[in-house]
Amino acid sequence: MFAYYLQLGLRSLRRNPMLTALMVMAIGFGVSASMITYSVFRAVSGNPIPEKSSQLFVPQIDSWGPGLNEKGEPPGALNYVDAMALMRAHQSSRMTLIYQIVLSTLPRDADSVPVSSTGYAVTADFFTMFDVPFAYGAGWSNADDDARAGDVVLSQEFNQRLFGGANSVGQKITLSGHDYRIVGVTKHWNPAPRFYDAWGGSGFGNPPDFYLALNRALDLKIDNAGRNSCRGAITYNGWDQYLQSNCIWLMPWVELDTSSDVERYHRFLESYSADQQHAGRFGWAPNVRLPDVMKWLDVEKIVPPESRISLIVALSFFVICLVNTIGLLLAKFMRRAGEIGVRRALGATRHEIYAQYLVEAAAVGLAGGFIGLLLTAVGMSGVGVLFAPDIARLAHLDFSLIGLTLALAIFATVAAAFYPAWRAAQVQPAWQLKSN
Amino acid sequence: MLKMTHLSKVYRTEVVETYALRDFNIDVKEGEFVAVTGPSGSGKTTFLTIAGLLETFTGGEYLLDGQSVSNLDDNARSRIRNEKIGFIFQAFNLIPDLNVFDNVEVPLRYRGMKAPERKERIMNALERVGLASRARHYPAELSGGQQQRVAIARALAGSPRLLLADEPTGNLDTQMARGVLELLEEIHREGATIVMVTHDPELAARAQRNVHIIDGQVVDLAEDPRFHTAYTAAAGQIRG
Repeated sequence: MFAYYLQLGLRSLRRNPMLTALMVMAIGFGVSASMITYSVFRAVSGNPIPEKSSQLFVPQIDSWGPGLNEKGEPPGALNYVDAMALMRAHQSSRMTLIYQIVLSTLPRDADSVPVSSTGYAVTADFFTMFDVPFAYGAGWSNADDDARAGDVVLSQEFNQRLFGGANSVGQKITLSGHDYRIVGVTKHWNPAPRFYDAWGGSGFGNPPDFYLALNRALDLKIDNAGRNSCRGAITYNGWDQYLQSNCIWLMPWVELDTSSDVERYHRFLESYSADQQHAGRFGWAPNVRLPDVMKWLDVEKIVPPESRISLIVALSFFVICLVNTIGLLLAKFMRRAGEIGVRRALGATRHEIYAQYLVEAAAVGLAGGFIGLLLTAVGMSGVGVLFAPDIARLAHLDFSLIGLTLALAIFATVAAAFYPAWRAAQVQPAWQLKSN
Repeated sequence: MLKMTHLSKVYRTEVVETYALRDFNIDVKEGEFVAVTGPSGSGKTTFLTIAGLLETFTGGEYLLDGQSVSNLDDNARSRIRNEKIGFIFQAFNLIPDLNVFDNVEVPLRYRGMKAPERKERIMNALERVGLASRARHYPAELSGGQQQRVAIARALAGSPRLLLADEPTGNLDTQMARGVLELLEEIHREGATIVMVTHDPELAARAQRNVHIIDGQVVDLAEDPRFHTAYTAAAGQIRG
């Protein structure tokens, strides 16, 4: 019967082209507005590392105290002293520290001028913890960290610019006057949001150019080019004093495999803070947190408010479109009360009438979905009007969004048709035929 | 085939109860051609819609083909309508979007019949009413008589045992009406039970039996004084 209902539905839609066009356009505009904003929201609010997000945690230690922290919450990064203490404690299966650096790169072409390049100073576990995919080579080892090796991993994009995409592992690269050995080249890897630097950056920038061994960066006193936050009077003078200051700038991540590991690590953080209190370094009770990736993204409010607001506005618009569609469907269906009476007299059950009109609504939804797809594709080019460029470029029409657009249009239209179709199914054939 | 005993139909509002049928008794045997007559508002059409399971009744009993229909749900009533009853309406009630073939196909679709069998039945029914060549025409392209013939073909396609006709010639001129009546008589001769509501005394006279309804009750034409009053008035209208 589905084919029969579909045939009847399409015939009915052709009979009232203006009414049909109104409904299809309402669904199309509503669904496209929702999909355009959803594509942005999905990109900024998705899980950037779904396979491990519940095993990766940010250890937070309140090194500022209740007088200086924000609303009682520990700061979003660690100062050098606490960061190094956690590294030395080895209380997690893996741990990395991260800070952003900017170095000048000497191109291989002697005629070219040095260019500024952005990267991260990280420890060896960074690559395994975050499942960084490699095109060539691999990350360096913990032993290399201990040996303070001058190793660097290039991003695919940076390797493309410097080496034309060739395997550059084993070659040397000069960054701000120092030579480094290339040990690996990543495949394209730019999780959105960039969870591992959510505190330091916008979370949605271009992929970094390189990853440098943290110990070597510290040895070379390479300045932090990312976010840095200090409290009280700034008293440090020079690199060594900066390392001992209360300024936070090192982003720590630990990998904890089981819930008992998490509990144990949390106790360790409390114990560490208590030790600092007893030592007189902290004048307050332990105040620690250990959020996982998704919780951390919430804490950092990584989803731009405009993406959430625009999604709500678009969905509200879609609801208004659907309400209008309900009215139009009701008018359309009830105009055929005579036909319904005849069909009921000839043996159609209420369920069959109901199904017939729901299928007709699904046909409207499908047509609206195709119009919505077209408008979504066009609308993607205008996303930049609503969002910052690094956010806007995340919006794209992929197969999942195409499927979602069509499914949403059909589902929403069928849902909108529940009441009109129910009314149609309630037509009393006797009354209808008597009135005829 | 159709037996109603002490049947009543009451339409209730907050302030008034209106009896459309009251202590209504009728027994139509299989193969009968019964004409139901009566003045406007007497309950003829209500009787027909109840007989066709398009409407429920308030009290009494109704046996259709020996089966009580009092407690049937919507699905069961629909199935009986589809399989046992054919309707012919005064206003034809064809679906304007569907061509003749598709209109005749409607009851067969709800029966879940396969396409080849549907096609065979439809073409047989259309040939029987002389409209096989108009299968692809739309109702608006046909005369009133042809539209009623399509409606009859639609009723016949499902091979119903009971044919309910509500003023089948009411919207037709004399010549067309005669053609439709001859068709009904032919269908009756082939064994169908026909119950026809009509105002037309000439049409009623062609039936095997006449049942007269006044004020929602079947009356004995010879004895009930209400018949004489109504008959005199009707005859006056005809003469006028």
